[in-house]
Amino acid sequence: MAGYLQTDALVKRFDGVAAVDNVSLTINKGEIFALLGSSGCGKSTLLRMLAGFEAPTSGRIMLAGSDIAAMPPYERPINMMFQSYALFPHLTVWDNIAFGLKRERMPKAQIAQRVDEMLDLVQLKEFAQRKPYQLSGGQQQRVALARSLAKKPQLLLLDEPLGALDKKLRERTQFELLNILESVGVTCVMVTHDQEEAMAMASRIAVMSRGRVLQVGTPKEIYEYPNCRFVADFIGTVNLWEGTLAVDAADRCEVKTANGLVSMGHGVSGSLDMACAVAIRPEKITISKIRPAVAVNLFTGTVKEIAYFGSYNTFIVEVPGGATVKILQANTSRYTSPVSACDITWNDAVFFWFDVTAPVVLTQ
Amino acid sequence: MKLLLNPGRRFVIGVPYVWLLLFFVLPFLILLRISVTDMGNSVDPFAPLIDTSGDAWRLMLEFKNYISIFSDRVDGPTIYVEAYKTSLKYAALTTLLCLVIGYPFAYFLARCQPSIRPVLLMLVMLPFWTSFLLRIAAWKGILADQGVLNNLLLWLGVIREPMVMLYTDVSMLVGMTYVYLPFMILPLYANLVKMDMRLLEAAHDLGASGLRAFWLITVPLSKAGIIAGCMLVFIPAVGEFVIPSLLGGAENIMIGRVVWDEMFSSNNWPRASALSVVMIVVILVPLALYYRFKDAAGKSA
Amino acid sequence: MMRWFEKNTARFWLGSVFLFLYIPLFFLIVFSFNSTRQDGVFTGFSLRWYDALLTDSRLVEGFWLSLKVALFSATLSVLLGCLAAFVLVRYKRFSGRTLFYGLVNAPLVMPEVIIGLSLLLLMVASQRMFGFPERGFITLVVGHTLLGMAYATAVIQSRLLEADRSIEEAAMDLGCRPIQVFFLVTLPAIVPALVSSWLLTFTLSFDDVVLSEFLSGPGATTLPQVIFSYARRGVNPSIYAAATLFIAVVSLGIIAYGAYTLRQQKKTAIP
Repeated sequence: MAGYLQTDALVKRFDGVAAVDNVSLTINKGEIFALLGSSGCGKSTLLRMLAGFEAPTSGRIMLAGSDIAAMPPYERPINMMFQSYALFPHLTVWDNIAFGLKRERMPKAQIAQRVDEMLDLVQLKEFAQRKPYQLSGGQQQRVALARSLAKKPQLLLLDEPLGALDKKLRERTQFELLNILESVGVTCVMVTHDQEEAMAMASRIAVMSRGRVLQVGTPKEIYEYPNCRFVADFIGTVNLWEGTLAVDAADRCEVKTANGLVSMGHGVSGSLDMACAVAIRPEKITISKIRPAVAVNLFTGTVKEIAYFGSYNTFIVEVPGGATVKILQANTSRYTSPVSACDITWNDAVFFWFDVTAPVVLTQ
Repeated sequence: MKLLLNPGRRFVIGVPYVWLLLFFVLPFLILLRISVTDMGNSVDPFAPLIDTSGDAWRLMLEFKNYISIFSDRVDGPTIYVEAYKTSLKYAALTTLLCLVIGYPFAYFLARCQPSIRPVLLMLVMLPFWTSFLLRIAAWKGILADQGVLNNLLLWLGVIREPMVMLYTDVSMLVGMTYVYLPFMILPLYANLVKMDMRLLEAAHDLGASGLRAFWLITVPLSKAGIIAGCMLVFIPAVGEFVIPSLLGGAENIMIGRVVWDEMFSSNNWPRASALSVVMIVVILVPLALYYRFKDAAGKSA
Repeated sequence: MMRWFEKNTARFWLGSVFLFLYIPLFFLIVFSFNSTRQDGVFTGFSLRWYDALLTDSRLVEGFWLSLKVALFSATLSVLLGCLAAFVLVRYKRFSGRTLFYGLVNAPLVMPEVIIGLSLLLLMVASQRMFGFPERGFITLVVGHTLLGMAYATAVIQSRLLEADRSIEEAAMDLGCRPIQVFFLVTLPAIVPALVSSWLLTFTLSFDDVVLSEFLSGPGATTLPQVIFSYARRGVNPSIYAAATLFIAVVSLGIIAYGAYTLRQQKKTAIP
């Protein structure tokens, strides 16, 4: 099924180096799609190609069925919200928003109506006659958003939308922005290096590294079922244990690692003795000084570091062999009971275990 | 991506380019051509370059203009060579004076409070914006034998009789330095103000005293600015014409004046052209230096 | 101890140089009101030189010619300089770029005598071949523009380099063709540079002596040329009067311009 926006083997080279390397993505109408990766991974170049500021070296960009790769930016039904907002400093808020509409030669009354609509949407009605330098960062961002939505584009591009805001403001703005985008119903592609931002806002995420897309999926899919070591490590924190496949059955398998045998409640496609890694998220591991009554995936170690983060604790446990395992335990009760994790302190000998559903086998 | 359609781009590049080729390059070519013609008997300075009177075409290049510049007299260098030497001498002295006076000035200016810097800069620029001709005329009045300075010194009892300052080296250098000082100060200032003060702090931290830090760090980092500023003073100073006319004496004949005289008094256009061409050759090396360092001077240290 | 030394050296040096720069200006102002012709002694207050100034037809005619030439050449310089600055900043690769760069910057450093002489030769050659132009107004404008363009390019170029490219992309994203981007977005952003380069080239043209001496014709003598001839011959305090008026106008202009720039900086600051 062809998506609303589709890139077909898109490549962009600068001086022989591929910034975007054979990217094929399908983005559906109305969804918010995130390109996630650290700096230099090619996400910004990809976004700029969608906007029209970079011409692809090869490949196609299909929007609602037609190839727009050769179209200049001023002809594309795509609008972008810039990281630096790029508001026109010599124009008022009203004129900034009306700018794109005037280029379309819309009748004046219609322009006025649309601009008012946008001002209402971002709640900046009283600021219509101000100039950008008279606004706060958050207000400028809202103007930039209103301006990019004014022309009712078929696709909205967002370049690090929350990058310029400080942390507190960011959390609040995240939901406001999401609400606006969902109420308008526009298809969005956003670029970010902040995984929390991507996870919170996007319906699907593409994780990129070195010009290539490593995995595409919903936030949950990416987090719980990473397809390679890079993605597992990039999103959140993870414990990666290298090993070889020891047992491979239809509904379970076992991987032999340096720390012991890890059992999983699902089969895996591969051959025995093949090299692979096991990924276990810290919050899925339970830690205690008291030996639990579990049969598999039980390990021992010594507590080396403890960090208290208020809502949760982090333990760094050293296992026989020298490796460390990171374990996260939520602080669900204030009063300690004899067997709770809050009893644990440095250099304690502890047990830690996890369910067979917790680990994921990675072959890449 | 090509952000401008090709016809538009060609227009934007083409218009200034054509203008420059027409009014800068073409005249220079004509200059070269005239410099190798023979003034001879005709009034026409544009004697033909190619002689078609005979059977074959002969290229008529006369180098005697150039030769006459360098060896006209038996008993010593020509007045032209003297003029070149004088020009170079004064240009070099002016550059040195401007540097010695201007560098500390730019340095102190760059270290001033950021709030008063624009005001001070404006004060530096203000004289520049008033006619330089008038200011030179003022110096003429100030340095005259019966001028203000002499009268003041006489009145103070510092001297017993008026010092002859006008039409001497003194008035020349005062005038030249005065006019060219802003040209030295501005590039130096632009360079110094961008310098990272933390480098100096690091030097202090590592034990360098104020003066040593200045010599070891500030000066080398502003090297590009120094060279650009010096060239910006030296090169035009070589061809300076107005100041020697108003403030200079008979021993201070500079090449600008000589070209003028050859052109309008002697009406010897070919020789005037040849003198100009030689002047250009003389400033070629400084010109190259200027181009090399002008951009580096503008960047941060 | 070091601080005190440095601070006072700074004050002393800055003060002395400023004094040096302004001595002639004080002299001009004071002696323009001198009641006699002498340069050495202030004999009394008088406005006679201002009177002489306004009745001196050579000075007055020269003034009007200089004004006309300066207006035209400043405008032309800014137009050409704008194009040239654009080329240098935005077009990184085209054949002949190095030559262009060299040519644009050369008039800044070249001795005016060379520029004047070669332009004069061109004008004469052109007059012989095409019967045009007559030495006078047009030749003056061409010569002054050649010089002015170099300065205008330098000023506009530095402002263009600082200009925010992302607003131009935003304009294109919103539907502007490249030419529209230039007029609607880029131009408003560089207006301060255009104004200051216009003022600069106006002053340069108005004040120019050497080029004018080479390029002017019979009946077309600029104000600086007249002043130059007066100054060579001896003391003529009417030129001091002219100078004082000039200083007054320029000072007012600079103060007004400074205030204007300060306001503009606030308005067009990148948020």
